Amino acid sequence: MEDLVKEPVADWATDFDHSHPDYGANAPAIWDELRTTCPVAHSERFGGMWLPTRHDDIAAIAANDDGNYTSQRVVVSAVEDESMPAPIGGAPPITSDPPFHADARRLLLAPFAPKVINEITPFARQFCNDLLDDALAKAQANDGVFDAAVDYAQSIPVRVIAKMLGLPPEDGDIFRRFIHQIVENPVDHDVADEDSIEVYLDAQIDKHKADPKPEGDLIDHLLRVELYGEKLSDEHVRGTVILLLIAGIDTTWSAIGSSLWHLAQNPDDLKRYRDEPEIRPFAQEEFLRFYAPVTMARLVAQDHELRGCPMKQGDWVLLPFPAANRDPEAFDDADTFIIDRQKNRHGAFGLGIHRCLGSNLARMELAVALDVFVERIDEFELVDPEAVRFSTGQIRGPRELPIRVTR
Amino acid sequence: MKIKYSRELCQGHNRCYMLAPELFDVDDEGYAVLLVDGEVPAELHEKAQLCVDNCPEYAIELTE
Repeated sequence: MEDLVKEPVADWATDFDHSHPDYGANAPAIWDELRTTCPVAHSERFGGMWLPTRHDDIAAIAANDDGNYTSQRVVVSAVEDESMPAPIGGAPPITSDPPFHADARRLLLAPFAPKVINEITPFARQFCNDLLDDALAKAQANDGVFDAAVDYAQSIPVRVIAKMLGLPPEDGDIFRRFIHQIVENPVDHDVADEDSIEVYLDAQIDKHKADPKPEGDLIDHLLRVELYGEKLSDEHVRGTVILLLIAGIDTTWSAIGSSLWHLAQNPDDLKRYRDEPEIRPFAQEEFLRFYAPVTMARLVAQDHELRGCPMKQGDWVLLPFPAANRDPEAFDDADTFIIDRQKNRHGAFGLGIHRCLGSNLARMELAVALDVFVERIDEFELVDPEAVRFSTGQIRGPRELPIRVTR
Repeated sequence: MKIKYSRELCQGHNRCYMLAPELFDVDDEGYAVLLVDGEVPAELHEKAQLCVDNCPEYAIELTE
């Protein structure tokens, strides 16, 4: 896919660009530097944006007690948004503001509550095993090598969310194309109408309308529920399906991929993860803290100052939860990965009212993906550290991760 | 040892439910429900501390 070549970044404090390849590869070092020298960085790119790096500031912006920010846009983009205005936004409830936000969100809480998600675990486990059957067959014919991001991590969330939404599982490549358009490539680009996510989903939603099922999937659920005594509008249903489809895929793919990247380079942690099942819940949270994939965005809703910086209405503000997770003011030994860390209030799933709706699902997928991986593969290593390719933009994780199975 | 939980601050991260199902259940919307009546049994003190230390929203408190 063709991406614009990005201008080099002159100075991360005054010209940062989260969509530059140098950011994807070096973000933790950039945050650490900024946190001590310029805790709220600025850039003129994308029409003006801010990057706070301290936990307290990020948590305060997420809490938004003074209404200084709006969630109407959560992905920084040079493309105009012509969808639903505030307080609804194009993909409710993530793009919604109070008080509408809580009402739209409540419709989705039950299908993502932990006890409901637990029931999907056997399906996810079987699918992870199927993927490894294929990957290990490939490795056997290829000197033990397969790509842990491409052949394993990326397919897991695609398959699970397709099942939950009631979309054809074989359409995974189409979903990944939408992600590239919407999340990974936030510059001006033309997408032919017939290739847009809107046209694809309208056809899928029409199929569900023609054949409603009382105990059906999430699209059936959205077509059935009521808000303020009325069915949801077609735009609301479509916007929420866009959210559910996009939000869970490259985020979870990134978390699984980063965790495997870590284990490939840290055999002692791999051994402990396999041999000490009692530390796994702590290890999974430490993977989420240390390699948190998601940076959200907000728009400034009203002029104000943040640590003396002039925030102007319409400016972008990034919420780098991964940077908050590395703040030494909030975490002991913040830049050290401690596989059984006992005190871990990380914000990998966001903080405040927009806490990731799918966090229970993402946790389940991460746990199952890692558990199945270590059950099937005793030892593995990176083929070449330089061959690992990281994503750019607001979702950070390895997109190519060639590994060699050594035992 | 007494435990206090704030439904106002809880955002449904479910860390407490995962760490100490003896102390916390979840409701149908995924928000925590405190199962004990304030007083934490001695054998659960350590787990109660874990719940406090892992709540991203500072919604759980322990007092002597």
